[in-house]
Amino acid sequence: MKPPPFDYVAAADLDEALEALADASVETRPLAGGQSLVPMLNFRLAAPERLVDLNGIDELSRIEETEDGGLHLGAMVRHRQLERDPLIVRRTPLLAEAAPFIAHPQIRSRGTVGGSVAHADPAAELPAVFLTLGARVRIARRSRDGESGSRAERTLALDDFFLGPFFSALEPDELLIAIEVPPSTPGEGTAFDEVARRRGDYALAGVAARMRLNSGGVCEEAAISLVNGGSTPCLMREAARTLVGAEPAPEAIGAAAAACAETSEPAADMHASEAYRRHLIRTLTARVVSRAAARART
Amino acid sequence: MAWSGEVEPRLLLSDFLRSEVGLTGTHVGCEHGVCGACTVQLDGEPVRACLMFAVQIDGHEVTTVEGLAETPPGEAISVEGLHPIQQALHEAHGLQCGFCTPGILMTAEAFLRENPAPSREEIREAVSGHLCRCTGYHNIVEGVALAAERLAGDGAGADEGDEP
Repeated sequence: MKPPPFDYVAAADLDEALEALADASVETRPLAGGQSLVPMLNFRLAAPERLVDLNGIDELSRIEETEDGGLHLGAMVRHRQLERDPLIVRRTPLLAEAAPFIAHPQIRSRGTVGGSVAHADPAAELPAVFLTLGARVRIARRSRDGESGSRAERTLALDDFFLGPFFSALEPDELLIAIEVPPSTPGEGTAFDEVARRRGDYALAGVAARMRLNSGGVCEEAAISLVNGGSTPCLMREAARTLVGAEPAPEAIGAAAAACAETSEPAADMHASEAYRRHLIRTLTARVVSRAAARART
Repeated sequence: MAWSGEVEPRLLLSDFLRSEVGLTGTHVGCEHGVCGACTVQLDGEPVRACLMFAVQIDGHEVTTVEGLAETPPGEAISVEGLHPIQQALHEAHGLQCGFCTPGILMTAEAFLRENPAPSREEIREAVSGHLCRCTGYHNIVEGVALAAERLAGDGAGADEGDEP
């Protein structure tokens, strides 16, 4: 239960971190909050040759409004800040609602938004929440041979980021540096809920929903995503589409919840059967979409 | 106290505190962030010491359970010097073997500083990241509630938890 030996780089700034990741001769992993990586090291499920610690990079901790009124969250923003930061709570209440479901306060003191998304765990809350919000990830690396400038950046829709369980579109020399959430529009409501065996455990299933209603109460846009509903964090497009163009009446929500359960691909494991997980997805979807619709009306 | 020296990068903060600094009040249980026994405060926030490396605390302040009681360094903790949360847990029978207690104290201290008048439900949520195999948790919750009452009523105590 002790980590294997590794070299350690405390990056003072982003360029230093990207420099370390760009060196292909040494297998290097970024160390963000460490709340998933360090257990993996302690269990020796991971044994990178080198860790580059991001905790000293101030520019990765920024929380600010973007020019279009959205939210920029540096990769090193901690889960606890999602619960406490006035700008986040006001602009994106879904983040503040979901954050307390992430493990325990001691883990949330350290765990980071960028780390959670980059880890691409289908059982984690934040990937599903950010998918529901239509977030984008900003990715940086040091320029490769033949490229101009010292640094290259790209922005990716989060939906294109998750490729498999614990597998994302990040290249070995790339670092997720920020998550950008588009501005919320008038008439929008969001909600999150999950079921776990014990408080702080990984959820058996969880659902995040966002809905926008026009002044007549008709749904113009809906998004639903699942925690532990498949092999990757996933948007449930088909189920969400059934809600658009009508008032979110109980029958419509029930039908969307049934579609969600049907099109999900939950795994069976020692904690719950596939059938029970589908049952939870259906129940939680109905609950969460109703709550989002009620909030959209007010 | 200030500590300076060099450590191997892979040395966990929990092992560093116990074997390099000699502060054995921080207990090591599961070593993967589940049991809560190794909880300490990093710059005032509760964290798992088994999920951090000692090299990461360079320039930061770590508070362990030894920092709660008002005891001169090197001396045994006296009953008179107990922190109000320690005293309340003791009186409420919030511990038996005591293995999980230091972690719970460090969580409870930070929690009551942020939320000086918590409900029982909020206390349960706050200590939910700690496993205790003796008490059944009931008396831990009662102990933290008792501590909250005393800290709130004890204006002269000038405890940080009393800040308005």
